Amino acid sequence: MHAHLVRTALLLLAICTYVLVHPQAPPRAEGATPEDKGLQIARDTRERARGFDNFTAEQSMVLRNKHGQESRRQLRVKVLETDGGGNKSLFVFDRPRDVRGTALLVHTHKKKNDDQWLYLPALKRVKRISSSNQSGSFMGSEFAYEDMGTQEVEKFRYRYLRDEPCGKLTCTVVERYPTNKRSGYTRQIVWQDKGELRVWKVQYYDRKNAHLKTLTLAKYKLYLDKYWQAREMNMVNHLTGKSTVLSWNNYKFRTRLKASEFTRTGLKRVR
Amino acid sequence: MPPRAAFHRAAIAAVSIWAVFLFIGASHGAESIEHEFSGSLDVDGRWYPQTGAHPDQRAHASGFAAEPKLHLKGEGDWSFTLAPFFRYDGADSRRTHADLREAYLLVFGEAGDGEWELRLGVDRVFWGVTESQHLVDIINQTDLVEHPNKESKLGQPMAHLTWSAEWGILEFFALTYHRARTYPGSHGRLRSSIIIDDEHVSYESAAREWRVDLAARYSHSLGPFDFGLSVFDGTSRDPFIAPHIDERGALSLRQHYDKIRQFSLDAQLTIESWLLKLEALHREGARNLLGVKEDYAAFVMGGEYTFNSIFGSAADLGLLAEWNYDERRERSNSEFQNDLFYAVRLALNDTQSTEVIAGVLADADHTTRTLSVELKRRLSDQWSMKLEAIVLMDVEEEDIIYDTRRDSFVALNVTYNF
Repeated sequence: MHAHLVRTALLLLAICTYVLVHPQAPPRAEGATPEDKGLQIARDTRERARGFDNFTAEQSMVLRNKHGQESRRQLRVKVLETDGGGNKSLFVFDRPRDVRGTALLVHTHKKKNDDQWLYLPALKRVKRISSSNQSGSFMGSEFAYEDMGTQEVEKFRYRYLRDEPCGKLTCTVVERYPTNKRSGYTRQIVWQDKGELRVWKVQYYDRKNAHLKTLTLAKYKLYLDKYWQAREMNMVNHLTGKSTVLSWNNYKFRTRLKASEFTRTGLKRVR
Repeated sequence: MPPRAAFHRAAIAAVSIWAVFLFIGASHGAESIEHEFSGSLDVDGRWYPQTGAHPDQRAHASGFAAEPKLHLKGEGDWSFTLAPFFRYDGADSRRTHADLREAYLLVFGEAGDGEWELRLGVDRVFWGVTESQHLVDIINQTDLVEHPNKESKLGQPMAHLTWSAEWGILEFFALTYHRARTYPGSHGRLRSSIIIDDEHVSYESAAREWRVDLAARYSHSLGPFDFGLSVFDGTSRDPFIAPHIDERGALSLRQHYDKIRQFSLDAQLTIESWLLKLEALHREGARNLLGVKEDYAAFVMGGEYTFNSIFGSAADLGLLAEWNYDERRERSNSEFQNDLFYAVRLALNDTQSTEVIAGVLADADHTTRTLSVELKRRLSDQWSMKLEAIVLMDVEEEDIIYDTRRDSFVALNVTYNF
C-alpha cells in the first residue's frame, strides 16, 4: 500500500517538473551532432521549468483495464521550489477512502537520493521510507515512477531523430536512453513542439525493445504567462490493453505556502 | 467515577458536541469555518478454533466498530479535531467500549526561522520505528481489548508543545490524566486465567491518575539518518499485575501503576532498499514480574530489505528481521524479553493494493512461536478488507503468555471508509 502511494506521488511530482515548460525556445546551433541537439532540447526544457516558486493542484486518475472496468484515485499536491535546486513536495490522498489522509513528504535533491516521509493517520505515525523504489507500476495504474524519473537531464543519453508535423505544430522527435541500470526500458521517443517545448507524446520500449506504452498529453494551459501545463495525460499499455488517464485540476501558482508545511511536524498536520 | 466511565461519557459528549455543531452549522452556514467529516465503520469477526483454556471463554469475538472524525478549520492557523470511538463486541462485554481518541485544539505559527505548534486536548502520539513491538512509544495507553498487537491506543489528555527549525524538532508534553489499560472480561480470549480488575486500579503516586506526567523529545533528520531522543517522567503505561484477595476471600488481579523515568532512543538509517532500525530504552522505577523494583534496559534492533518488481512483475517483496531484548529476561513483564521476529511482506501493487504480511515471532528463551499472516485488500473506493490469522505454537508453561496458549484465531474485517 505504502509503496503504491509513494510511487504515485513521486510520479506525479515528476510529471509536474516534466510538463512545466517555458513558451519561448532559443535558436538552435547549426551543424551540431544528433546527440548534441537532443541534449540541448532537454536542457532548454529543464531551464524553462524553473522559477515557479510554488504551486498547489488537485489530481485525479482513472484506471481502466481491458474490459473497461474503472477505478479512481484522487489527491492534492503542494510543491515548493527551494534555493538549492531541489523541491519540497507534499501529497495528500483523498481517494480511495481507505488511504484518506495519508500523506507523503518528499525533499528532492539534485545529486543525492531524495528524502521521503510517509504519514499514516491511523497510527499517527511518520515513517521514513526508501527512495530507491523506482521501478514497477503503482496502484495498478499504467504509470511507473521511472517512466518520468525526476526529469534530471543527466538521467538519459539523447539522440535527435527528426522534425515532423504534430497536428498544426512542428515537433522535434528525440530518442533517449535511460542511464539507470534499474530501468525497465531500452529507449523512449519524445515528441515536443518546436515553439513552446511542450511534450505531446512519449513512446516507451521495454527491455526486449518491444513498444510497451504510449503517453499522450493534452489540454495544455499557460500559467503565469510562462509555464505550460498539460491538464490531461493518457498512458496506454499496448501489451495489456490497460490505460490510465491522469487529470490535473485547480492549479494555483505562487500561493502563500510556508516552508513549515514541508516538515515532519507539518506532515502530521495535513488533512 | 471510574476512569473508563469518564471516557465513555466523554465519547458520548463528543457526539453531542458534534450534533450541536452540525445543527448550528446547518442553520448558520458556519461562517468562515471549514469542516470535514470522515471516518470508518468496521465489521469484524474473530474465530478461535480451540476451546478456551479458562471457563466462560467464547469461541468468537465479533461485532462492529465506528470511528467518525470531525475536523474544523478556522481562518488563520487553528483547527479542532474530534474523533470518538465505539466498539461493540457480541462475546465479551468488556470489549464493548467507547473512547475519545482525539479531541484537540491545534494552533501553530512562526517562531524565528522555525515554527511552533500547540496541541491542547485529547490526542494520540506515536514514537518509534520498529515493527514487531513499539518499545519506546509511551505517551498513550494501550487499548488492549482491541487487538493483542497493542497498536490501538486510548486517547490521552495533554498539552503538547512543538518547536522546530533547521536544528531539529523539540517537543514538550504535559500529560494531565492517566488512563488504565483495557483488559478482556471473562467471556473474552487472550486473557489471563484470572480476570484483571478494571475498576480497582492502584497508583504509586498519591495524586493517583491525576498526577501530571512530563515528557520531552528531540528528533532530527540528518541525511539518511532519522533519530529521536526522548525522556518520560511519570506514571508508567505498563501496569504491574498484582493478585488481590477481597474480604470474601475471592482472588482477583489488579493493575498497579508505578512512577517511572524512562530515557529512550529510536533511530533509522535509510540506505537504498535497506531500512536499519533501533529502539532502546532505560527505565527506572518499574516493578519486574516478581513485583520488585528493578531498573532495566531493553532494545529492538533489526531491518528491512525490499526487492522491487520481483520476477518482472509489479510486486515488491520485503524481508524483515528484528531482535527484541529485555535485560531482565525471565523477570521481565514483557513477552518480548528475548524474541526474534522474521517476516515477509508482499505488495502486489495492483489496483486493489493487495498486500500480504507473514511473520513469526520466535521466543529465544522458550519454545513459543507466534505465527501471523495478514492479507489486506481494497474492495472498492470505500470498502476494504483484512483477513488475519494468528497461531500460537508450543507455548511453554514458563512463558508469560501461557494463559493465552489456546487463543490462536482467524479474523476477518470489512471496513467502510468515508
